[in-house]
Formats: sequence, structure tokens, C-alpha cells
Amino acid sequence: MLGLGVDRLQADINRLLTSLFHQGVLDEQFLQLQQLQDETSPTFVYDVINIYFDESEKLLRSLRLLLMDREFSDYKKIGLHLNQLVGSSSSIGARRVRNVCVAFRSASELNNRPGCLRGLEIVEHEYHYLKNMMHELFQLEQQRLLAAGVRYPM
Amino acid sequence: MEVCNCIEPQWPADELLMKYQYISDFFIAVAYFSIPLELIYFVKKSAVFPYRWVLVQFGAFIVLCGATHLINLWTFTTHSRTVALVMTTAKVLTAVVSCATALMLVHIIPDLLSVKTRELFLKNKAAELDREMGLIRTQEETGRHVRMLTHEIRSTLDRHTILKTTLVELGRTLALEECALWMPTRTGLELQLSYTLRQQHPVEYTVPIQLPVINQVFGTSRAVKISPNSPVARLRPVSGKYLLGEVVAVRVPLLHLSNFQINDWPELSTKRYALMVLMLPSDSARQWHVHELELVEVVADQVAVALSHAAILEESMRARDLLMEQNVALDIARREAETAIRARNDFLAVMNHEMRTPMHAIIALSSLLQETELTPEQRLMVETVLKSSSLLATLMNDVLDLSRLEDGSLQLELGTFNLHTLFREVLNLIKPIAVVKKLPITLNLAPDLPEFVVGDEKRLMQIILNIVGNAVKFSKQGSISVTALVTKSDNRAPPDFFVVPTGSHFYLRVKVKDLGAGINPQDIPKLFTKFAQTQSLATRSSGGSGLGLAISKRFVNLMEGNIWIESEGVGKGCTAIFDVKLAISNESKQSGIPKVPANPQHVNFAGLKVLVMDENGVSRMVTKGLLVHLGCEVTTVSSNEECLRVVSHEHRVVFMDVCTPGVENYQIALRIHEKFTKRHQRPLLVALTGNTDKSTKEKCMSFGLDGVLLKPVSLDNMRNVLSDLLEHRVLYEAM
Repeated sequence: MLGLGVDRLQADINRLLTSLFHQGVLDEQFLQLQQLQDETSPTFVYDVINIYFDESEKLLRSLRLLLMDREFSDYKKIGLHLNQLVGSSSSIGARRVRNVCVAFRSASELNNRPGCLRGLEIVEHEYHYLKNMMHELFQLEQQRLLAAGVRYPM
Repeated sequence: MEVCNCIEPQWPADELLMKYQYISDFFIAVAYFSIPLELIYFVKKSAVFPYRWVLVQFGAFIVLCGATHLINLWTFTTHSRTVALVMTTAKVLTAVVSCATALMLVHIIPDLLSVKTRELFLKNKAAELDREMGLIRTQEETGRHVRMLTHEIRSTLDRHTILKTTLVELGRTLALEECALWMPTRTGLELQLSYTLRQQHPVEYTVPIQLPVINQVFGTSRAVKISPNSPVARLRPVSGKYLLGEVVAVRVPLLHLSNFQINDWPELSTKRYALMVLMLPSDSARQWHVHELELVEVVADQVAVALSHAAILEESMRARDLLMEQNVALDIARREAETAIRARNDFLAVMNHEMRTPMHAIIALSSLLQETELTPEQRLMVETVLKSSSLLATLMNDVLDLSRLEDGSLQLELGTFNLHTLFREVLNLIKPIAVVKKLPITLNLAPDLPEFVVGDEKRLMQIILNIVGNAVKFSKQGSISVTALVTKSDNRAPPDFFVVPTGSHFYLRVKVKDLGAGINPQDIPKLFTKFAQTQSLATRSSGGSGLGLAISKRFVNLMEGNIWIESEGVGKGCTAIFDVKLAISNESKQSGIPKVPANPQHVNFAGLKVLVMDENGVSRMVTKGLLVHLGCEVTTVSSNEECLRVVSHEHRVVFMDVCTPGVENYQIALRIHEKFTKRHQRPLLVALTGNTDKSTKEKCMSFGLDGVLLKPVSLDNMRNVLSDLLEHRVLYEAM
């Protein structure tokens, strides 16, 4: 029955969230985001996360371009990009991404190119993981909404 | 011619005799008559003559005698009866008066004679008085000399001048031939001739101090006459003077600075004396008079006092010079110390940053590495790297903390935390090591121990960790028990522990008891000193720098508490106890899996116009969502210039993100201040920042911001902040 489906989906969502919290991928800031979603902005979380993904992908691409360049020396620019990433990740509660960005930033402060490359790889890895998890979460959420919207005419 | 009855002498035979009788009678009469005249004349001249009546009598007597003799003149020739009658009357009268006078004189003559003796007596008396007056005058003069001499002596504080002046003045006053002063030498066994009156450069005579004559003089405070042949008096080569003048010697006490009780003059605790010798001129018959001796004694006393004053002055001048030298030295030392401190602080400041940055990088990357896929060997290696770098970080922090603690610049970071959880965490951290060493650890929390308290969680954990860690480190067997309870402090009024109002304080007592190595009670005081470790075999292998207890003690002191260790001796275990002051909190903040509070109160911020400035799109959106959810009307801008353009007096609050390093973000606060000169028109300025240390806060305050918020901001936080801000117009505690 579809009614049961809602409960099952909700349980799945909760399980996913709990697991993400437990892994430290997300922290309570994400919950704050969820709280801000109400009747006036029903897709608040979805919108914010999408903007986050857009921005982050742009930053990561530019970081990669910078580091791939053999004559690269502008660590300050990397620092600036990373500040942005750190800021946005903290705003949405993406804890692991934020932490690896901080580590990456330390390497860039030491002007350590191999360290930066490695850091970038880690950040990309974490970011993609988060993105996948978020997509899964949104899918489940959409399904739940659909399931909850179905009404049995009585 | 009648014939008279008197016998008529024969005129012609005794005519010559008659003539002589006639003349004599005449002269007698004249003399008799002139005597009373003289008497009267001189008595009249003298004012004082008590015996007038006698004179009158005497005068009468003389007059009558004269009359008689005068009348006798007429009886030589024949004379009439009247003459005879007159003659008889005169004679009768004369007889009467002369008898009366004779009788009177018997009484008077002794008196008259005694006048003479009286006169003699008075003359003697006058002579005596004259002599005495002469004496007094001389004394008066010597007194004046003494006063002048004293004045001279006391007007100078120079030893040499004092003594020279004394000798010169004494010599002049008493007209001495020679005057000398013998001072005791350093060894005190001899007297050395130091000053003389006449000789310009006295030869360095010394005499031993134990001579009987010297002892005699030193034994009394009076001036003593001594023989001119004694060694102290033989100052000049004997030049054949026959009779040497008398010599007097007197002691001059050399007082120590503390002997200034005038009443105790005879009981001087010091027995150091100088000897003053005075010689009268030779070949004169002069002798020492008592008053001169007294003068000498007085002078000797005055000289003693003057010398002491001079000594005091010398002493104080010397002390002052010494103090000045010391001052200069201290100043230099202080400046050196300041330079050293400044150098050390600079070094620490640099080291702080330079060392920590790579350290954090190592730790962060190692912990990340741990979470990737590794072979067991790699995992072991990474764990070792992590542990070593953690230890290194702790060590660096310890050293840096300790220097900050000693400076007094360390401040506690207060916050609310769960006390029970803290203890359990500490135990969880220590348990692995304890299990390996087979030391059971038990934790006893008193039932009235508050759960949520306000204090410095990190440092309290550090203290407990250090103490429990020591207990584990230094025990080879036995069990370890950690007890936490609430205790009253002795010197405060006991607060009410059973009602728990907000803000009341209590003292937490933690006892860590182990049955391990124990400590020698004599070593206990050394435990808390830096870098000191009891050198037993057990400890040598456990490493550590010995800083732990010292730091713990300082933290405990900062928390207004006390820490001490009790041990009954080596091998009998020991108990470490500390008290710290904490405040009870009535907030119940819970950490762990976050649970959002169920009932958000909707304080009415409807329509509150706010401006959000953030360069980061995502965080801008999140902040906007937050504020919209609270009911505000939000405008967003993404740069400083845009912010300045858009801001108006309608906006009540401006939130600006200051995460990017640099001062430009803060500049905008100043520009807004300039734009809105009237205070009630200016919107409140709040900074959103990623770190909340003191420097950020100070920076914000200095740029005129009204508040600082830590990103990411939770909903409750933002709500509280807004209501506080709008109520009080200033907010600096929302972290």
C-alpha cells in the first residue's frame, strides 16, 4: 500500500540521514537548513544545495586548472578559493568536505604543491561522495512527497 | 682799797713764773675754746655721728674748762668779788659737767673702739668678695670659651677639623703649652699620637694601651692629673726645662652610632677611648684649678659627641653612595630583563604560529589518511605518525601555555559543558592504557554533582587527564579510583547546594587514588615545580617533560582552587586531590547526535528590514533563508560597494560576512558610520565570522560593529541574537 510506502520512505530517509551524521559527512547545520524550509520556501534546502553544488564545482574546476599548470605559483588564489569552499560547506553543514578543505588550505599555506594536489584529490573525492548522497536523499524525498500527495478518494 | 681774802702772791719775786702761767692759761683757754668749734664744724660736716649728746657734753665740758682757765687770768691780780663768784660758778659747773662726761665716757668708749674692729672686718670681707668675683669672672670666661669651643666643634662634621679645633681652642683658653690626642689603633692594642697642638707633623709615636697610667685615666670619666714623665706626656724631646708643667689627661669616649642615650653616659657599652693630654707651661707656677679640670671634662664629652656625629655622617654618606650604585645596577638589570622578556615574547609569538601550522597540517592529513583504505602495516605506521605528532603538538602547547600562564596572560575560556560526560570521556581515553597495564579504574561521581556546569572544559579535562594519567603511569599494580564530589570551601559563606539557582558557584573536588609507587613525602613539594621529576627507574622510561603537574597546578590556581598530593611513603600509593571552582548552569545543552528543539518560539520580527552582505553565494542564501524564516524582510548584496549603495535608514540590521582575511570588510563598517551620523538612524552592524578569538572581537569593536556572530549560525542563535540586539542595541556574547 502506498500509505505504508510513505512510512517506509520516511524511514529510509531517516536512516540515510542518521548514517550521514554518523559518518560525519553532515552536521547539525544541515538540520538548521531543514528547519528553514517551510510553507514560504518549500524547496529551500533543495535550492541551497543546488547552488552549493554549482559553486563548488566551479571552484573545484578552477582549482584543478591552477594546479595542473606546471608554472603555477599563485598559492594565494588557491587559498581564496578554498576560503569560499570552506565558507559554503560550513553554511550547509557539509562537515567532511569542510575539514578536508581546511587540510588542503594548510598545505597551500605551506606552498606545498604535491600536498595541494593530493588535497585537491581528497576534496574532490569527498565532494562527489556528498553529491551522490544528496542526490539519493532528494530522490527519496521526492518519492515521499509523491507518495504523501496521493489521496484515496473516500 | 679793799683787802681780799686770797692769799696774795708776792709780785716782784715770782713775776716771771706768773707771766708764764698767765700765758699758758691764755693759750689753754684758746685751745679749749677752739676744740668745740672744730668739733661742731666737723660734726656738722659729717652726716652720721650717733653720739651728739656726748659731743654736746664734751663741748660743754671743754667750754667750761676754758672759761675757768680764762677767768683764772683775772685772778692773778687783785680781783673783785664778782670775778671770784664767776670763777666759782664756772668751776662748779665744770666739775659737774666733767663728772658727768667721765661717767658717760665709760659707756661710750668701748663702742667707739669697736668701730675700728668693725671697719677692719668689713675691709676683710670686701677683699674676700673681690677675690671671689675675680674667680667667678674667670669661670664665666672659661664658660664662654667652652661654649665657643663647642660651637666650633659642632659646626663642622669633619673629624679632622673637630679635633684640631678642640686642641687649638683648649690651648688658647687654658694657655697650655702642649695639647695632644692619642687615638686607639685598629688593633685596639696601642694608642697612637694623632694630633698635637704645637708640632706640625707629629712623629708616629705609639704606646701600648695597657699602661697603668692609661688604665687609670680610662677608668674614670674625670680629668686626672698624671706625671709629666709618663710616656703619654713626653711628647717633646726634653729640652732642659727645669720644671715641667703639670699634666692632665682625660678620656674621650669613641661612641658607636647606637650609643646615644645621654642618661647612660657612664655605662658605655663600647670601651674604646681616645686620650687627651694637656700640659701647662713649664717653669710657671701654675696649677690646675678645679674649674679648669671641669672645663676639660666638658670639652672631652662634647668632642665625643661631635666625633660620633661625624661618624654617622660618614656612614650615611657611604650608605647613600652604595645605594646609588645599587640603583644603577638594578636599573641596568631591569632593562636587561625587559629586553629578555620582549625577546622571549617575540620568539614565542613567532614560534606559536610557525610551529603550529605545520603541526596542524601533519595531524589533519594523518587523520584523513587514517580514514582511507590502508594495509595493516600502513595503518600501524599512520597511527604511529598520528600519535607522535599529537604528542608533539601537546608538548608544544604545554610549553607555550606554560609561558603564557607564567606571564599571567592566559585566560580561561568559559563555557557550559556536561561534567559527567567529561569524566566519562577522560576515563575512556585512559582505559586502553590501564587495561594494558592491568590496572582497574573506577569512577565515582557523587549523587549531588551537578551535570551541567560553566567552566573551562578543555583545561579541566587537561587537569584530570594529567592527574589520572600520572596515576596510571606510575602504578605497576593495584587499582585506581577517581572520585568526584562537591565540597564547601572553607573561607566562604556556604552557598545553598540543594537549590540550584543560576550562577551559583560550587567547588568540585576530584580525588585520584592509586596503589602504586607512592612518593616520598619529602619529594612532594618538588612535584609541582617545572621540569623536575623524581628520578626513579620507573619514571625514566615513561617520558614526559615534567611539565604536566606544573601546568595543572597553574590551571587549578586560575580556577581559584587548590591541588595537593598525599602519600604515606614509597610503595604505599598516593592520592592526588584538587578543588576547582565552577558555576552551575541552568541551561541543558546536549551534544552528540543533534536533536533540534521541538518548539521554536516565534518572536515577532515581522517586517524587520535587514541587509545581508556576503560574497559567498551559498552562505548568503543560507543566511537569507534563516532571516526570512524568522520573518524579516531581507535584502542581499554581494560586495562592499553594493552594500554602501543599498543601505538606508530603513534597514535596522546589517549582517556582513568578514570571513575573508583583510581589513576591507571592516572598512565598510566605518563607511556606514560616516553615512549615518545620527545614532538612531544607523542600522546595527553585525559581523559573521568563522573564528571568534579575542583579536577578532577586538577588531570588530574597534571598527564600530555592534556584534559578532559565529558562522554557521543556528536558527535559535539567530533568533536570540536578533531579539537581544534589538533590545539592547549591542551584543558581544553570542558565540
